[in-house]
Amino acid sequence: MTEKKIRVLVAKPGLDGHDRGAKVVARALRDAGMEVIYTGLRQTPEMIAEAALQEDVDVVGLSILSGAHMALAPRILELLKSNGQTHVKIFIGGIIPDEDMPRLKDMGITGIYGPGASTDDIIKDVREAVK
Amino acid sequence: MALTNSVLEGNRLALARVLTQVENDSSEGRAALAELFPHTGKAHLIGVTGASGTGKSSLVNQLALHYRKSDVSRKRIAIVAVDPSSPFTGGAVLGDRVRMRDLSGDHGVFIRSMASRGSLGGIAQTTAALTQVFDAAGFEIIIIETVGAGQSEVDIARLAHTTLVVEAPGLGDEIQAIKAGILEIADVLVINKADRPGVENTERALRSNLELAHPTQRVFRHHGQSMSVTRPEADATLWLPPIHKTVATEGKGIAELAESIAKHAAHLRQSGDWAARDRARLGSELEAVLQEALKARFHENIPNEKYEEIVEKVLSRNLSPREAVKSLLNGSSR
Repeated sequence: MTEKKIRVLVAKPGLDGHDRGAKVVARALRDAGMEVIYTGLRQTPEMIAEAALQEDVDVVGLSILSGAHMALAPRILELLKSNGQTHVKIFIGGIIPDEDMPRLKDMGITGIYGPGASTDDIIKDVREAVK
Repeated sequence: MALTNSVLEGNRLALARVLTQVENDSSEGRAALAELFPHTGKAHLIGVTGASGTGKSSLVNQLALHYRKSDVSRKRIAIVAVDPSSPFTGGAVLGDRVRMRDLSGDHGVFIRSMASRGSLGGIAQTTAALTQVFDAAGFEIIIIETVGAGQSEVDIARLAHTTLVVEAPGLGDEIQAIKAGILEIADVLVINKADRPGVENTERALRSNLELAHPTQRVFRHHGQSMSVTRPEADATLWLPPIHKTVATEGKGIAELAESIAKHAAHLRQSGDWAARDRARLGSELEAVLQEALKARFHENIPNEKYEEIVEKVLSRNLSPREAVKSLLNGSSR
């Protein structure tokens, strides 16, 4: 049996076109030995959930700098659940105000990373989350 | 097995899970493959290969869109997109989906990205097995997009019924076009990005190389007159790869390309080549599995110390490798 790889979907939901952070994280996860499926820009929650299903990912990473996280996160969570992907862990990176973080965590978001977050931490947390 | 039954019933989550099991070559994966195998054999496997930057993913996107829009029977399409794994870290960024956003929302299309995981021939070791899962699940068109080094992806020709080789203008001169391997495996040649300068040169170079490989007809200009010379033994059952010009991002040339692919499938069936290729492919799969099983059984029956003893004898030049194998197979030690 071959070694099991961690598969991560890195997605840019909504109309936010700033993808440098997403690409930095994608490269870091690749260098950590993971298989990263990058969706590209302007993904709807439905497109993200569909990709997560087809690719049978362990983790979904959302890059959101538009401020729309409180609308997008619950929608994506709901779609993953209705598709039967309850084991998938969600990480969000981008611009998330401190006061929104507890509510996101309550919803079921595993990790939230703002500006200055270290990719080493993200890698460590992803590995921990899929154990 | 409940999961494989779900796959056969059309459950997409079950399909995704079985694809993962098969990709990881787990015991569940092997069991699932065994259960699904009787349901395979209906799909048309289309390989898409070519150097990076020729627009393979965009082409696959447009081809799949065309099939879904124009095919009355609404055949379901699976796309397996292979990208390279880092030989150092083992990780990969699989970015082919980025070009296929037009296909999202259509449940008749299933896109699965695969990392090559060390394989060098353009596809992953388990790519063939994944196509079997899709075949059993009822996807009648399976498009396999290879890694795209452009020079060594010949494994795809063994797997696919119809292999498309994608070129683009300005990526190399005529010498590039005559390098062995990749042109020889083409059933259909595609010059994508055909709106770029240099497309006539590319077409000319490809056409002249095709003529060299398949010389059924040569046209000479001799003293101002055109002479067409057909080889007497010109074979009507021979397939001469057509050259298609496309601009994938604009959907140009796609319908004509799809027509050629269909013609090739028909040609394969009529000439008996379809069955012959299946035979060759499954035959070599059988051989590979047999080899693995025999080796495993052999090692089960011989104690490790005994084996290491023989290895030491080879290392110290007391036994040649062939003599070593002979003695291992005879059960004696010298």
